[in-house]
Formats: sequence, structure tokens, C-alpha cells
Amino acid sequence: MSARARPPRFWVQAAITLAVCAFLVVPVGLSILAGLTENFFVGLRSGLTLRWLGEVWSLYAGTVGMSVGIALGCLAVTLAIGVPAAYSLSRVQNRWTRLFEELLVLPVAIPGLATALALILLYGGWRELRASPVFILVGHVLFTLPFMVRSVLAVMLAVDLRTLEEAAASLGAGFWRRFASVVLPNAMPGILAGSLMVVTLSLGEFNLTWMLHTPLTRTLPVGLADSYASMRLEIGSAYTLVFFIIIIPLLVAMQWAARRAQPRRA
Amino acid sequence: MDVAGRDRTRALALALPALVVFAAFWLLPMVRLLHVGASGPGGIAAYAAVVTDAQYFKSLVSTVALSAATTVATLALSLVAGLFLQRNRFPGRSLLVSMLTLPLAFPGVVVGFLVILFAGRQGLVGDLAEWLFGEKLVFAYGMTGLFTGYLYFSIPRVILTLMASIEKLDPALEEAARSLGASTWQVTRDVILPALRPAMLSSGAICFATAMGAFGTAFTLATQINVLPITIYNEFTNYANFPMAAALSIVLGFITWAVLALARSASGAGVAAAA
Repeated sequence: MSARARPPRFWVQAAITLAVCAFLVVPVGLSILAGLTENFFVGLRSGLTLRWLGEVWSLYAGTVGMSVGIALGCLAVTLAIGVPAAYSLSRVQNRWTRLFEELLVLPVAIPGLATALALILLYGGWRELRASPVFILVGHVLFTLPFMVRSVLAVMLAVDLRTLEEAAASLGAGFWRRFASVVLPNAMPGILAGSLMVVTLSLGEFNLTWMLHTPLTRTLPVGLADSYASMRLEIGSAYTLVFFIIIIPLLVAMQWAARRAQPRRA
Repeated sequence: MDVAGRDRTRALALALPALVVFAAFWLLPMVRLLHVGASGPGGIAAYAAVVTDAQYFKSLVSTVALSAATTVATLALSLVAGLFLQRNRFPGRSLLVSMLTLPLAFPGVVVGFLVILFAGRQGLVGDLAEWLFGEKLVFAYGMTGLFTGYLYFSIPRVILTLMASIEKLDPALEEAARSLGASTWQVTRDVILPALRPAMLSSGAICFATAMGAFGTAFTLATQINVLPITIYNEFTNYANFPMAAALSIVLGFITWAVLALARSASGAGVAAAA
């Protein structure tokens, strides 16, 4: 059979693949278009405009700042507690550390709604915490921590830290010196990949955030839900466009970093 | 204590901050949730309400049916598209692959909005149907819309996992089967599918568990859709029935956890849900 003569099966597969791609991309295109069109109901004939983006900015600029702030806070916390925890898990592997690793994943394995209800029922009465963005931050840390730990742990296990550390120890480097100058630099690809994942997930988190937010602590996805429910389609679309502009470069960077962090096979 | 022992203790101590945060903000609240779940008028029986109460049971059945349908459809479509993209090289291929991964970072609310643009009152499908058949087709605001949204949400995740395992398949096995006279269908059934079984199990389980617990998409489409997360949300916010909301969310959490754990022990691979 020559390469030119494709069996019918090939074309059926090609058509399904193209249909799946169109299904995933066309709505995004529609949304971008709707956010830039004067009147989506009339269509492109009504002309293109940046007016809706301007309105989004005046209505919802605060949510962008809130989201970026929480995402960076979440990154700081997951770095501070997640990277040391990953090192722990790479150094000591027994029943208890495996159990701990399993437990850490639970906030991802069960619906965010359950975690959010639990947080509200235990800490919701603590007024200062409930009203502060820290309440949302707590939820985001629980949800993103396993991604940081797993990403860093995978790299730590792949680079054979033990041998490197033994070499450093034989030259007289103490525990903390080794942690700072051997462990951290070698785990850097995993730390980078984990960081991008944490920021991306935090910026898009809705399930927990919707339950934990207050009118004064609205994040970008919370604002989006509000605009979908109460604003005209063009404003919702323009707001979604703002979200795409923030999240898509992060997504691309995240995939690049994840590929880089993957252990190379000999 | 010798140096190695001291280093081991120090290494263990480095897990303490994460352990403290986790215990204070997840374990303790979960204990409280368990306790509140049993504090209603029916006591501990609230945990059985999801099967004994007709309304909650209906909600559970429709959530399971929706998640199962989503999983089957996602696996089928991703398998066809994944095999096609991994087995053929053509111009524009990498563009298609990056298109498929685009929605990975979209939260459920955004997916719900995209479904509205796709199949809502002013949606693309409706306009196309009106132009073709003279009648508008609108299916965004119910179960079909939710199914569309979950499909949108799940395909990128599943397709990435499947493509990674398809890449690792040994083409020699397929050639051997073919040289022995196996048809394409036989090769698919007896060689390709068994080799992809672990990946299909783990990504299917993630897909199912995510659909069971997803909240944002249903929230955007309509808060009247009868799926368990929306039922829990309504019990909590609209009826202030905290014990029932707590009990139902514990049950839901247990189901999603169990599905993931079962799939992991069956496939032998790491399975964690993605939100």
C-alpha cells in the first residue's frame, strides 16, 4: 500500500480528531470575539471595540489584584513548607512518610466543596480570619501543596541526591550547607515546574474559593462567576479574555517547565 | 547519636511545617465536618440519607450516570484522537496538540460560560441549527450542557495521559500481530487496548472523580441542575442545613477517594485527581 492511498479508517480518525480540536478551540475563539464585539447578538457587523474591556477593568480590577496576591502568597507558602517536606520524603522512606504523602493528596482527591465546608465549619466563626484573604489562601495552599511536593520529590528522587550529598559531606559540608548548596540547586527544575503549577492552579481555583470568599475578598474566578450571572454577555466575555491573557502564558510556561523537569532516560 | 542519625532526624523535621499546616487546616476541619454530619435531628443516619432519602438518591444516581457517561465518551474520543496524533506526522500536528491542551488551566466556571457560548440561547450550535433546519437548538442549561462542559474539561487531561502511553507502545508487537494476519480491529483489541489499560484506568478514574465533585460548571449553567455538588451547595447556602451538607459532602468525598484508590491499585500507577 502506498503512503498516498489512505484507508477510510484514516479519514474517520482524522475527522474525529479535527472535530475534537474544533470543539475545544471554537468556544474560546467565540468568547474572545464576543469580548471585543460591540454587540454579540448583532455580530461582527456591529464593529469591534475595547469598550467592554474598559468596563471590566473599572468593575473588576480589584479581583485581578486579589488573585495575583493570593497566588503569590500561595507560592511563598508552598515553597516554604513544600520543598522541605519533599526533601524529607526523599530522604526517609518508610510507612509513615508514605502515609503522609498519601494524606497530602487528599484535598485534591476529594471535592473542594467538602474541604471548604470543613474549613468554614471549624474556622468560620473566627471573624478576622473569615473576612481576610488569608482564609482563601489557606484553601489554596491545601489544594496546591501536593502538586509542589510531588513535582519537587520526583526530581529529588531522580537525581540521586544521596550520592551527591555524601560527596559534599566527605568534603566537610554540614546538613544545612548541603541543603542549601546541593539539594536546592539540584531540585531546581522540580521547584520551577511546581511553582508554575501552583500559581496557575491558584489563579484558576473556584470550587473552594467560591465558598471561602466574602464580598471584600473576591478573586478573579469569583468575579467571573458574578459577571456571567449578572452582566451582559460581552462583559463576561471581555472578562474571560482578561483571564485568558493571564493564564495562557502561564500554562505554556508550565508545560515547558514540566518537560524540562522530567528525568532524562539514558 | 551519630552524624547519619542526626541528619535523618533533621530531614524528618523538615516535614514538620507541612504536617502542622495540614493537620490544623485539613485534618481537624475534616474531623469537625464528620462530627457536624452526625449532629442533625437524624444523628448518624444522615450518612445514609444519600441512599435512604429519595431526593438525595436521585441526585446521587444522576451524578454517577453523568460522570460515567462523561468518562466513557472522553476515553473513546481521546483514544481515537490520541492514536491519530501520535501515529501520524503531518504539518500542523503540533498546533493541533497544543490546541488540545489549551483548556487545561480553565476553571469550571469558565468552561460553563464557554458551553453557554457554544450551545446557549445566543450560541453557535443554536445559530447553525436555525440556519440548517430553521429551528434553534439550545442545550446548555441542563444535563446535556453539563455533559458538554465535563467533556470539554476532561478531554485535554485524558488525551495527554493517553498520548504519553501510546508513545511508549512497542510498534514491533503490532507488526508481529499484523504479520500473523491480525486485522486492524484485532490489533486494536488484542494489542493496543491491553497495553493502554493502566493509562485508561487511571485517567478514566480521574475523569470520573473530577466529574463527580465538579461544582463550577454546574454553578454557571444553572443552580437547579440536580447533581450532588449543587445539592450540597443548596443545602448549605439556601437551607442552612449544615448537618446534611456535611454528611453529603463526606459521602461524596469518600466516593471520589475510593474510585481513585481502586483505580490506582488496579493500574499500579499514581492517580491523583485534578480539579
